[in-house]
Amino acid sequence: MAYTVRRPNLTFWEKLYLPNIVAGLAITFKHLRKMLAGETKIVMQYPEEKWDAHLPEYYRGAPTLVMDEHGREKCVSCQLCEFICPPRAIRITPGSVPNDSQFAKAEKAPEAFDIDMARCIYCGLCEEVCPEQAIFLRKDYAVTGESRADMVHHKTKLYELGGTMPDLVHKWNPEK
Amino acid sequence: MSTEVPLLNVQVDGVWMQFPKGTKLIDACNKAGKFIPHYCYHPKLSIPGNCRMCLIEMGMPKMGPDRKPIMAADGHAEIAWIPRAQISCAQDIVEGMGVRTDSPMVQECRKGVMEFLLINHPLDCPICDQAGECRLQEFSVEYGNAESRFLERKVKKPKNVELGPRVTLDAERCVLCSRCIRFMKEVAHDDVLGFVDRGGFSTIACHPDKTLESNYSLNTVDICPVGALTSTDFRFKMRVWFLKETKTIDVSDGLGCNILIGSREDKIFRITPRENNDVNQFWMPDSHRLAYKAIHSENRLTQPTVDSKPVEWSEAIAVALSSLKAAGSLAMVASARLTNEELYLARHLAKALNITLHDVIPRKGQPDGILIPEDRNPNTAGAKLLGLTGETPGTALPELLDAVRKGTIQGIVCLGEDLTECGFSLEDLAKLKALVTTSTHSNATTKAAHVVLPGTVWAEKRGSMINIHGRLQRLNKAVEPIGHAKDDWEILAALLAGAGSNLSLHSIEDVFRALSQDVAQFNGLNLGKIGDLGIQLLPKAEVATPTA
Repeated sequence: MAYTVRRPNLTFWEKLYLPNIVAGLAITFKHLRKMLAGETKIVMQYPEEKWDAHLPEYYRGAPTLVMDEHGREKCVSCQLCEFICPPRAIRITPGSVPNDSQFAKAEKAPEAFDIDMARCIYCGLCEEVCPEQAIFLRKDYAVTGESRADMVHHKTKLYELGGTMPDLVHKWNPEK
Repeated sequence: MSTEVPLLNVQVDGVWMQFPKGTKLIDACNKAGKFIPHYCYHPKLSIPGNCRMCLIEMGMPKMGPDRKPIMAADGHAEIAWIPRAQISCAQDIVEGMGVRTDSPMVQECRKGVMEFLLINHPLDCPICDQAGECRLQEFSVEYGNAESRFLERKVKKPKNVELGPRVTLDAERCVLCSRCIRFMKEVAHDDVLGFVDRGGFSTIACHPDKTLESNYSLNTVDICPVGALTSTDFRFKMRVWFLKETKTIDVSDGLGCNILIGSREDKIFRITPRENNDVNQFWMPDSHRLAYKAIHSENRLTQPTVDSKPVEWSEAIAVALSSLKAAGSLAMVASARLTNEELYLARHLAKALNITLHDVIPRKGQPDGILIPEDRNPNTAGAKLLGLTGETPGTALPELLDAVRKGTIQGIVCLGEDLTECGFSLEDLAKLKALVTTSTHSNATTKAAHVVLPGTVWAEKRGSMINIHGRLQRLNKAVEPIGHAKDDWEILAALLAGAGSNLSLHSIEDVFRALSQDVAQFNGLNLGKIGDLGIQLLPKAEVATPTA
């Protein structure tokens, strides 16, 4: 539906326009003076210097996979993240856990888990949808590569980035 | 039906409606648009009434002292409501009865039943193959509680048990509806499943000396409303919500079971039967379900070849026609596995190439008395109707073989068959001056052929077939053809165009239009009109009908 945007009612001085230019220039000259006097430091020398220590807890970097404290892949390849992923960056090939494994109760684990970081938009829906708390967006943001294939994070890379996360889901423990 | 079934008045949620006598109350409610959740009830199986999910509030007509119903002002009987819930699956409708499908009592009953069913549920939906098409999930959301009040230890039951070569059981997910037990007993006639133990420990189990190895065992997976029985073949392959479901028919035998192909990105993951009460009810043999594996097998042909060298399609077609013309006297071996459209074009091709000797290779097997008939070709009736074969398929083949051996036939057009199956030896094939074959997989004939034109398999094409009961059914395309393989009708149309035919064919619809104008039985039809369930085209043949 079309609606009208109300224009602000400008005062005489605002309509004159010049005072604002003068005010703006005053700020510019103030900064020029500070810079010449060596009083400002506003540039961070990336990548030698990084802002990483200041990244907030909720920062959404590259998605990663995590293991529990026993070394079990927490992902059971339910493929909900693959389903929810808006840019379809996630691709999972489900597989099964061998019967003689100590984690046989989970029955299912990903055979392959690929996240195409050239597609990922860091939205965090995969983390939100995961019923096993197996995928987390960590603080890695500098994802680079020389080809499209380089930009795909395979399972090993994802676990390398993710590390371990103490188990929040206990239902796959054999005694449970 | 010859005898008229009387209609009975039933009040559903305050509205009086009429249903034929003998209807189950659960079906009547469903027809009235009031879905009753249920687990154990299945329209084709006996009714045990053991899941208690279909509870409703029911009332019977109020009787006066004279045992006559007391009539209300609206002309219908007054209803005396029964003060406790009834199961609607085991109740036939009665004149003047009333049903409340969503009253507070019914809602509370359903909530209670759901809570009991979920008491010992392992909540392993993330690894369960049924997730996405699970009645427990659906009804839990629709009618159940959001949270569990159960604090005690859950009962442990066997998981990941192989009941048979194709079925895996997870007893913890089972709601003991007994559908699988009843199916194996009543439809598959192989009574191997049953309950063992009592109360909360009750479990589905197979007879200790037997396994669930019936050729119909995978139907128990389909009718299992939860994830207790899962297909070993489909286990952990793909979540069901990714699958594109294509309605088509099975071509493993003459019945043509109605099926759904579940595919994702041109890869087929599973085949499940689709309800068609005139053909296969709800069922399908296991052997036919696993037939999809051949589609992407190693020996699939993907490239047209001339003398085993890969060539472009235009060259292959040109070489095929010129070598056939050079060979002189020709014959054609068509296939009763081709669709009507392809057979129609094959007939035109035979005419264009002056072929009078043609037949199809018959395939027969032992009927199993349930669904699989003797005829293992899916479109024998079509081949007969379109004149590619006589009343008894295969009668011209000995004559054809004889003519090849004598040298009176010097070229053969083989459409999707292996000639060694009908008595040709490799020496016979080597004698031919021209052997042009369309085929999907490599076989002895394609190895001996001069020109091989790779065609498409049933899951890759559209078309129609006529089953043993004379029912015209439709094939739909689930996946794209592999490699450079082309639709068989396109290959035939290209051959026809090269042979000087003036048929203008640009799509499968064009072929069907030409067919419907040419053949009386197809008059006025098109692929759309066949519909998902097919139509009776020829008078129903007297063949063993499904017993299910």
